[in-house]
Amino acid sequence: MKTQTATENNVIVIEKLCKHFGDHTVLQDFALSVKKEENVVVLGKSGSGKSVLIKCIIGLLKPDSGNIKVFGQNVPDMSHEVLDQVRARIGFLFQGNALYDSMTVRENLEFPLRRHWIAASQNEVEALVMEALENVGLAHTVDLMPEELSGGMLKRVALARTMILKPEVILYDEPTTGLDPVTAREIDKLILKLQDKYHTSSIIITHDMNCVKNTADRVALLLDGRCYAQGTYTDFEHSTDPNIHQFFE
Amino acid sequence: MAFTKNIKAFLNDTGDIAGFAGQFFSTGIKPRFEVLELLNQCYIIGYKSLPLIGLTGFIMGLVLTMQLRPSLVAYGVESQLPVMVGIAIVREIGPVITALIFAGKIASSIGAELGSMKVTEQIDAMEVSGTNPFKYLVATRTVATTLMLPVLTVLGDAIALFGAYIGVNIRSATSFYLFFIQVFRSLSFGDVLPAFFKTFFFGFAVGIVGCYKGYTSSKGTRGVGSSANSAVVLSSVVIFFIDLLAVQLTDLLGLN
Repeated sequence: MKTQTATENNVIVIEKLCKHFGDHTVLQDFALSVKKEENVVVLGKSGSGKSVLIKCIIGLLKPDSGNIKVFGQNVPDMSHEVLDQVRARIGFLFQGNALYDSMTVRENLEFPLRRHWIAASQNEVEALVMEALENVGLAHTVDLMPEELSGGMLKRVALARTMILKPEVILYDEPTTGLDPVTAREIDKLILKLQDKYHTSSIIITHDMNCVKNTADRVALLLDGRCYAQGTYTDFEHSTDPNIHQFFE
Repeated sequence: MAFTKNIKAFLNDTGDIAGFAGQFFSTGIKPRFEVLELLNQCYIIGYKSLPLIGLTGFIMGLVLTMQLRPSLVAYGVESQLPVMVGIAIVREIGPVITALIFAGKIASSIGAELGSMKVTEQIDAMEVSGTNPFKYLVATRTVATTLMLPVLTVLGDAIALFGAYIGVNIRSATSFYLFFIQVFRSLSFGDVLPAFFKTFFFGFAVGIVGCYKGYTSSKGTRGVGSSANSAVVLSSVVIFFIDLLAVQLTDLLGLN
């Protein structure tokens, strides 16, 4: 198992991150770094604090202490304006997709564009929306409402919305949870395809071992609020540590 | 024990809503303004509430007239029916009933909508998309309710007076012109203006309570249902409190 240290090649560096909710400690001195164009999967049991971790990275939750450096800037110290600029370079795929159910697919995809690229013309916006939907094979759903889509389609549209600003880093919160195995593999392939096309770095939160196997360049195990172990999928697969081995049973 | 707990919860809620309202003034009404969303909310909150407000206003005017007639007949002042109904509708019943109907429709709708958005992480998604959800969701809805309720009240009052005119004509024959001349001659600015101004506060209360309940909704469908329900109950109670204060204030100012 390797220990990652901060280098100039890292797009995300997390150091001594602590987060408590009341008396409950969720993250305690958590450390992790992500290199450019690297997929890091954070593995952990339900309730281990994986979602809290990526919400701290994107600034939706404020950590109690520690540093989260994204593109060299510390997220907890950022002003709202700077945080918004950084967020334009980070995509976030929510576990439940979080598509706006009062908007069509087109409006859902236009929303972040209109917010971050205020000067974009209607033609530019339209082209980007169609490109994003074509990337996930759902160009024909552009005028549908989210309620008219299946679970797999919702995930793909959410992925298209995540990718529309062509982010340099993408945070995936359990991207395959609740999907059937076939659709889950399709989402894994899409993650890899989009990473290959746009050269993104990713943190993927999951406990789906097939997703880990298909997408991970490196795996980090979150246990008791700490980064318990790091390594490749193969390292983890051959580990005799019971805390790691239990994920392969 | 349960009573003490309820009182404590009520006081906590009151403090939190005051803080939420403070946030509205400190951050919600500063640039950048979400003008398009505000117009959209004015359409949804104002225009789409008009049929309900109109229908209830009409029935209110009609029923009030029919209920008042026997008492006035008993005192031999049946001719004063338009005056009585006009003052009652414009000064008190129109604004309060319109606000309560509005609270029932809009506070529950806002509470459920924002609660659902909270539970399904749509509010977080909005924040990640570079949008301040407080400005986009709370400020626009609260400003829309504050602006639309006075408009709806004026329209509701007018329709209620028309209902009253129909009510008067069920048992006697009064011309449209005579009825409204009697109503307007009996009204002064002291009747109309305080009643009109308090509806801005009613509208603000409906918006801020509905948004607060939705925005702070707990996880799960039960939390969303509870938010919608408590938004209606609390905003209705707040409307009565504001009405009580408004009546006291107008009395102190000698406008009654």
